Amino acid sequence: MAKKYIGIDIGSTASKVCILEEGKENVYEVLPTGWNSKITAGIIREELEKRYGSLDDADVVATGYGRISVEYADKVITEITCHGRGGFEMIGRDCTIIDIGGQDTKYINVVNGKPVDFLMNDKCAAGTGKFIEVMANRLGLTIEELFELAEVGKPIAISSLCTVFAESEVINYMGEGRSREDLAAGVIDSVALKVATLVQRKELQDTVIITGGFSNNEFFASLLSKKLGKTATAMPDGRYAGAYGAALLAKEKNR
Amino acid sequence: MGRFSWSRLVDVTGFNKGDYIMADNQQMWKDLGMNLEMHDMLCEVLPGAIGDVFMSQENRPAAMDYFDMVLADVHGLRPAELVEFRKNGGKVFGTFCAYVPDEVIFAAGGIATGLCAGSQFWVPGGERYLPANTCPLIKAMLGARFDKTCPFYRLADVYIGETTCDGKKKAYEILGTDVPLHVMDLPQMKREKDYLKWADEIKDLIAVVEKTTGNKVTEENLAENIKKINVKRAALERLYKLRRNECVPISGTDTLLISQIAYYDDPERFATMVNKLCDELEQRVADGVSIAEGKKRILITGTPMAIPNWKLHNLVETSGGVVVCEETCTGTRYFENQVDESGKTMDEMIQNIANRYMGINCACFTPNTARADDVIRLAKDSKADGVIDVNLMFCQTYDIEGRSLEERLKAEGIPFLGLETDYTDNDAQQLKTRIGAFIEMLG
Repeated sequence: MAKKYIGIDIGSTASKVCILEEGKENVYEVLPTGWNSKITAGIIREELEKRYGSLDDADVVATGYGRISVEYADKVITEITCHGRGGFEMIGRDCTIIDIGGQDTKYINVVNGKPVDFLMNDKCAAGTGKFIEVMANRLGLTIEELFELAEVGKPIAISSLCTVFAESEVINYMGEGRSREDLAAGVIDSVALKVATLVQRKELQDTVIITGGFSNNEFFASLLSKKLGKTATAMPDGRYAGAYGAALLAKEKNR
Repeated sequence: MGRFSWSRLVDVTGFNKGDYIMADNQQMWKDLGMNLEMHDMLCEVLPGAIGDVFMSQENRPAAMDYFDMVLADVHGLRPAELVEFRKNGGKVFGTFCAYVPDEVIFAAGGIATGLCAGSQFWVPGGERYLPANTCPLIKAMLGARFDKTCPFYRLADVYIGETTCDGKKKAYEILGTDVPLHVMDLPQMKREKDYLKWADEIKDLIAVVEKTTGNKVTEENLAENIKKINVKRAALERLYKLRRNECVPISGTDTLLISQIAYYDDPERFATMVNKLCDELEQRVADGVSIAEGKKRILITGTPMAIPNWKLHNLVETSGGVVVCEETCTGTRYFENQVDESGKTMDEMIQNIANRYMGINCACFTPNTARADDVIRLAKDSKADGVIDVNLMFCQTYDIEGRSLEERLKAEGIPFLGLETDYTDNDAQQLKTRIGAFIEMLG
């Protein structure tokens, strides 16, 4: 059996796995991280062993905020490096990556295939997946529904920088009887604006790609493109960029 | 903390604990009017923190023993000396900043001691007096005073403030309601008239210390103390030159501790101990001993790191990096450039002191391009692989300056990471990711 290279990205919300094997298509898996990333890492191991037998012959690189919980990993690499590597490979050229994760939003600038600069939001959860999740809950919608409604709504400005205060702001609008469509549009618009504000002090290359949980959403990509003044391309498998990069780095480590 | 023979070290290093022997700290603290119950909570966490940050390091220089001892009994050893000193009529001056010239305080027979404010422990106490969105250093400063949980804050007869930022200026007004306080008006530009003005401010300080101590600052004692403090700065300069060797003989975490202790230890003993350590480090360099084989060399720039703030150094040095220089007030800004010793008259000496201190490049000045020059020079001299600019939350001047600093470094091709943090541990994992990614990027 050919050697396998496995990237495991334990994110704050979802855990992603990528398996590379010579002569085979890349395999991607995703599962919720749940409350304990050690348990999640264990579930992934069991599943991998069920599928491939022992992992003795596989090289595993772990990344994501729960990377240290993957005790069976041969190497631990930060999500910045992994996302940079995976995103670069997905688009096939140097690029600026905007990754919208569950608890943080990252800017990664990839030059000559390597991350040379990065930025992460550190003030609060605004402009992250968590913000969208909280607002969807408040509006009684799934995240998919929130995006669908947002497309037809007219955005109401949500200006609070803090997710908790922004939630109060939304509650006020709900009290005024504003439509869910307009509120949903306001939520998505505010995320795009906050992401654009975060990255505006950094260099954007001609190729900008979106990775992370909402990376396959064309509507969000077009909204973000408008705010950035530059085309941000939605990546269909963008949520796996970190795991894919980790798997690639596992392979490269071996050479 | 059993591995050190404290009593022997106390003996060797000439600490005079007078009436208070080691076990008697509690009595001393009580006599100083401290809040013992609350202070005990601080004492409880310190040994653990020292173990995690310092003792876990491998292959430390033997001469760190002295600094370990001073740290382990941080609220006992030096305070007991100050108690003795005051008992004999001596006056202690508490300072907060690298701009305050220790020379004139020691010349008048006083003792200058840094009043550090580097722990989250004091922040809630400070928030009783200050808005939450104030820099943690300033909040801790007020908390340490009003909570009565730091012996140094109790022992200083007069506090010497300075106008290095708006937060401090306003905080001094509040501190001044509780303790005699003199504020030095630091110019914010570096024109010739500003150098003259700072000399004037030093004259005012001399009047304050003379009045407090009852002693005169003379040409003789000032010349003598200019030399004394120069010797201390020279020792630190020697340490910083040694640490940036190809073979890194000492960790950044250990060096930071030494820079922090510089603010409050007896200057002569401190210089002796640093030089003793440097002898050992020279031998290490000669023998090719490095504590940082294969690690990425990091220069840290930004806001001061007061005791016990070792957060960033610890994170960098447990993430594949080694700190080879700090361009901070607990680093090169504290000791670079000497006071010209050629002054003969009082006025000449005072102007020479003023010139030396005005040479410090703090973000409170405009413009402050010389700081970026310093960072680039130091990054090159220490062969840094990258620069981390780390600023305390709500420190506006350094925060704003970070951007122009980044541009200057980018033009020089020096990798840069900007971080903002406070004294809490809640962002440790996020910082670890950023620092880890930065170090991977350098590899």
